[in-house]
Amino acid sequence: MSSNEWAILGLTLRTAALATLLIVPPGLAIAWLLARRRWRGKSLVETLVALPLVMPPVATGLILLQLLGRRGPVGGWLHRTFDFDIVFTWRAVVIAMMVMSFPLFVRAARVAFEEVNPRLEQIARTLGAHEWRVFVTITLPLAARGVLSGLLLAFARAIGEFGATILVAGNIPGRTQTLSLAIYNFVQLGRDADAFRLLVVAVVIAFAAVWITEAFLRRRA
Amino acid sequence: MMCRLLLALLVVLPLHAAEVRVFAAASLTDALTEIARDYENRSSDKVVFNFGASSILARQIEAGAPADLFLSADEEKMNALVARKLIDPRTRVSVLSNKLVIVVPRRGGKSITDPRQLAQPRIRSIALAEPSSVPAGIYAKKYLQSLGIWSAVAKKIVPTDNVRAALAAVVAGNVDAAIVYRTDARISKAVRVVHEVMNGPRISYPFAVVADAEQPRAARRLLAHLRSQSARDTFARYGFDVIQ
Repeated sequence: MSSNEWAILGLTLRTAALATLLIVPPGLAIAWLLARRRWRGKSLVETLVALPLVMPPVATGLILLQLLGRRGPVGGWLHRTFDFDIVFTWRAVVIAMMVMSFPLFVRAARVAFEEVNPRLEQIARTLGAHEWRVFVTITLPLAARGVLSGLLLAFARAIGEFGATILVAGNIPGRTQTLSLAIYNFVQLGRDADAFRLLVVAVVIAFAAVWITEAFLRRRA
Repeated sequence: MMCRLLLALLVVLPLHAAEVRVFAAASLTDALTEIARDYENRSSDKVVFNFGASSILARQIEAGAPADLFLSADEEKMNALVARKLIDPRTRVSVLSNKLVIVVPRRGGKSITDPRQLAQPRIRSIALAEPSSVPAGIYAKKYLQSLGIWSAVAKKIVPTDNVRAALAAVVAGNVDAAIVYRTDARISKAVRVVHEVMNGPRISYPFAVVADAEQPRAARRLLAHLRSQSARDTFARYGFDVIQ
């Protein structure tokens, strides 16, 4: 692989890792609320969270572009107030990845939390533990494998993100061009050999992610 | 009765109406759509368009996509297809030219009074059609090179799939400027032309019938129409330079 291709891979892994890290706190919170609590509007939140999974990624990208563009409600405010841009920068790549992998992580974490026996949590509570302590010492450790496998899936999904990214981040070499965008670009340019090399990289990453995830889940069984 | 009539129509129609599949440069979208609408009223032929960057269309034709007519935004894409014997070279004509313009968002856009100002740090992003493959981008890159500011602006280029996507980025206000064709700038009220390039690279649109066209005769008929006075008038009205 050329240094240019390593740079593409580096950018992809960095943005995907950041996106995955950033969805962990809100993802765990929502997953736990969905698994352990009943509240008004729960089914609405459930649906909203799952939406990016089933919507056309390009449609999700268009919503993000409207929100984050220089004239959008969020992007416009940032642009006017701080002279700060999101669209066509690496930040847009991270945001697109976050939105698209969020549902995968929440689903996996929620299932993992639901599989933790509530009686164990109850026992901890009767011994005087606060909710937070119950979560950190009982629920989370017991759900760790499921949560981690969800994290890996989210990471893999982030690496492969294309449809939303190309709308909000463009396809800028060295700045927003991730692995999937680079493959697309190489094909458009007729540089099939380069595209195939990146294709192999993508397959290896996807294979590793799924394989490690399965290994996690097998150990539990 | 109604059913039979419809069935009869379905059987008969294709005999009279040939469907010409036109692969055309994105910058031709509006002018060609109008010309084709007019043509369909006069002729029994139907026109089906595939608009996009000429580089992408050429790739599609190479890959065997069903096309009858190829209308490219630069001579090189056509040359490449001719060299591969994918074009009927006897049908090739070039009657259109265009100009590059620099556009900024009309609302809240930064002011540019000289094209060299594109190199200034206050201009943070410039949308161009992909500058290594798409004609509009290649022309724009040549122009920026001729100004001696390519290396200064290269880092802030936002490459797009085709020239219309570069225009759209300015329309949405998401980039500070774009270099597009004069004809693109004319179709949007949301952009302001701050500079028209007078001595830039020569822009030429070659038209030709595809070698293994399914409808070569209908394609020639349409090609002849594209050279007619009424089509030339329409092209000129959209801002193209028509070579007489």
